[in-house]
Amino acid sequence: MSDAPSAGQRHRSLDDAPVRVVSARATLSTRLGNLWSRRELLLGLISSDIRIKYKNSTLGLFWSMLSPAFTLAVYFMVFSIFLKNGIPNFVIYLFSGLVVWNMFQNSINTATGVIVDRAALVKKVSFPREILALSNVGAAVVYFVVQLLVLVIFVAALGHAPAWRFLLILPISFVALYFFTSALAIVMSAVNVYLRDMKHLMEVLLQLWFWLTPVVYSYENSIAPHLARHGLSALYFLNPVTLVVVTFQRVFYVSTVVHSTVTGQILHILPTWSFEKFLALNLLLLGVSVLLFVIAEAIFGRLEGNFESEL
Amino acid sequence: MAAVIDVQGVSKQFKIHHERHQSLKERLLHPRSGSTEVFHALSGINFTVEQGETVGIVGQNGSGKSTLLKCICGVLKPTTGEIKLRGSLAALLELGAGFQTELSGRDNVYLYGAMLGFSKRMVDAIFDDVVAFSEIEQFIDTQVKFYSSGMYVRLAFAVAVNVDPDILVVDEVLAVGDERFQAKCVDRISRFQDEGRTILLVTHNADQVRALCDRAVVLDGGQMIADGPTQESLRIFREHLFDDVVAHDVAQLHDTISIDAVTTPSGSFEIRSGSALHLDVSVSSKTAYSGNFVMEVFTRGGLLVSRSDAQGSPVNLVPGANVIGIDLAQIPLLDGVYDLNVGIVDHHGHSVIAWREQAASIQVTYDGREGGIVELGASIRQQ
Repeated sequence: MSDAPSAGQRHRSLDDAPVRVVSARATLSTRLGNLWSRRELLLGLISSDIRIKYKNSTLGLFWSMLSPAFTLAVYFMVFSIFLKNGIPNFVIYLFSGLVVWNMFQNSINTATGVIVDRAALVKKVSFPREILALSNVGAAVVYFVVQLLVLVIFVAALGHAPAWRFLLILPISFVALYFFTSALAIVMSAVNVYLRDMKHLMEVLLQLWFWLTPVVYSYENSIAPHLARHGLSALYFLNPVTLVVVTFQRVFYVSTVVHSTVTGQILHILPTWSFEKFLALNLLLLGVSVLLFVIAEAIFGRLEGNFESEL
Repeated sequence: MAAVIDVQGVSKQFKIHHERHQSLKERLLHPRSGSTEVFHALSGINFTVEQGETVGIVGQNGSGKSTLLKCICGVLKPTTGEIKLRGSLAALLELGAGFQTELSGRDNVYLYGAMLGFSKRMVDAIFDDVVAFSEIEQFIDTQVKFYSSGMYVRLAFAVAVNVDPDILVVDEVLAVGDERFQAKCVDRISRFQDEGRTILLVTHNADQVRALCDRAVVLDGGQMIADGPTQESLRIFREHLFDDVVAHDVAQLHDTISIDAVTTPSGSFEIRSGSALHLDVSVSSKTAYSGNFVMEVFTRGGLLVSRSDAQGSPVNLVPGANVIGIDLAQIPLLDGVYDLNVGIVDHHGHSVIAWREQAASIQVTYDGREGGIVELGASIRQQ
C-alpha cells in the first residue's frame, strides 16, 4: 500500500498481497487484529470528535475544564461547608476522585448512543464499528488528561506533596480503567441498537453508580464500618471504578487517617493498605478489565451481524 | 494473475420487521410478537475477479447488486459463504457518507482517507492531487456543510480515486457532477484499467458496461443468472429485463424461435464507405409468430452507433425457415469494424423473443480524410 500513485505505470502484482476475508463470523483474534490495524482511524475520529464538540465555541477545550470545575465547586460547598464532613483539604480528595469518575461517565454516556447516531456511516462505510465507541472513550481520555494536569498544578500550588511511591501504580490503575470503560462502552453501544431505551437507562444507572463510588464521601469513614459488620467489604469493591478512585485518592490526597476539622476526632479516610496490596489489587483489576474487553469484543461481534436490519 | 476478489457461495438474508419493538417496554410486552419475514437478497453467488479485470455487475433495481457490492466492501456481512479479497479497496458507494459536515474539506479528506484504511502519510502524499481533481481549491478550508451537493460528491470521488486503491468499486456514481466532470471520471477509470487495477462497476446502464467492462455478472432476484463476456451477459440481462415488464409467458417461445445466421449475397462483409449493403437474416421458427425486428450497430470500442427504436419493424414468421432482409442504402460509416446485434421482440417491444449479439461484423473501408465514425460530407466555403 506504500506505492506512490504514478500515472500510466503497470500496477504492482497482488499475488503476494495478504488475503482479507469477509464472512458471517470473524474469529476473535481477527477482530482484535483489525481493530489494531485501524488505530489511525481511531486517532482521526477522536480528534474530529473533540474539534466538532468545540468547533463554534470561543473557549474551546477550556470548557472541558470549566464544567468539572463547577461540579467540583458545588460538591465542595455542599459537603465541606454546608454538611461539614470535617475532611481537611477536601477539595483535593474530591478532585482526585472526580477526574476518574468524569472520564468513566463521559465515555459511557456518549458511547452508548454512538452507533445509532452514526447509522448513516455504519451502513455505508466499512470499518470495525466498535471504533466509534472507542473514539468516544478516547475523547474522554483527552479531557481526563487535561483535568489531571489541572489537578497536578492545583496540588502543587497548595504545596501538597503526592505519595511518590504510589505514583507508580497510577498508570496501571488508569489502563485498567481504560479497558473496563471501553468494554462497557462497546457492549452498550451495540445493545442500544436493539434496545433504544438503553441510552436513557444508562443515564439513570450512572447516577446510581456515582453514589456507589466513593467520590464525594469517604469509603473508610462512611461505608466500611457498616459493611465490615456483615463481612461484606469485598462486595463494595466489585465496582471496578472504586479501586481506581481510591488509588487516585491515595496518590493525591495521601493521608489515610486525619483529624476532623470540625470535631477534632480521628477520621479514617482511605484504606490503610500497603503499597504491595494496592499494586496487587490494581494488577488484578487490569487483568480482569483486559479479559472483559476481549469478552466485550466477542459480544459486539455477535450483535454486529444484524445491525443493518435494526438501524 | 491472482484472483483479487473471490466470492464463494455468498447468501444474504435480511429480517424484515413488520412491527418494530425497539423500546424496552414494547419488547417486554410483546416478547415474540411483531412478525418478521426473511428476505433473501442474495442466494449462492459464486464468481471470481482476476487482477486487472473490469467486471460489471448488472441487474434491475432490487436484484441484489448493491447488497452484493456492500458485502464485497465489507459494509454488510454475508449470512453464509465468504468473500476473499487481496489488496486495498476503495469504494464509491454513497459518496460522502463518511463526511463530518462540521469539519472543513481538508479535515474530511484525512478522515475519509482513514476510513478507507489509508494512513495520514499516504493522504499527505496525494492531498494536492485530491484537491486539484475535485476543483474546489478555494473552499478546501471551508466547513463541508456549506458545500453544494456537487462539491461534496466531487471531493469524495477525488479522495477515493486518488488513494491508490488496488480495487475500485463503483456503484452508479458516474452520474455525478456535470458532463465535464463525468468525462473526467470515466477518463480516470480508463487510466485505472491501463494501470492494471481491478474495477467492479455496478449499474443498470448497459451501454456503460459495454463501454468499460471485459466481463459482466448478471443478477436477477438475488440469483446470479449469467457470468461471462459482456456481450453474452448483456443479452441475458436484456431478456430478463424485458421478461419482467410484461407478465405473459414468453419463456415457451424462447426455444422456438432462433436467429441462425446473417449473410450477404456476396458472402463478404467488407464494404466501402458510402456504398449499399444488403443483409439476409435467417430465422428458424417452430410456430407462426408476429413480432418486430430490431437491430443495433456498435463500434468495436463499444460505442453505440445506431439502434432501431424498441418497436422495430413488424415481421410475420411462419413455421420453418424465414429470411428477413435488411437494406442499408448508403452506409455513411468511416473506417473500422462494426458489430451488428439483431433480435425479434414482441409487438410492444417489451419482451425479447430471440436475440443474437454480434450476429455480423461489417468491415468498412474509407478513402476520404474525415476522422471519426460517420461521414457528414460537410462542404466548407467562406461567404
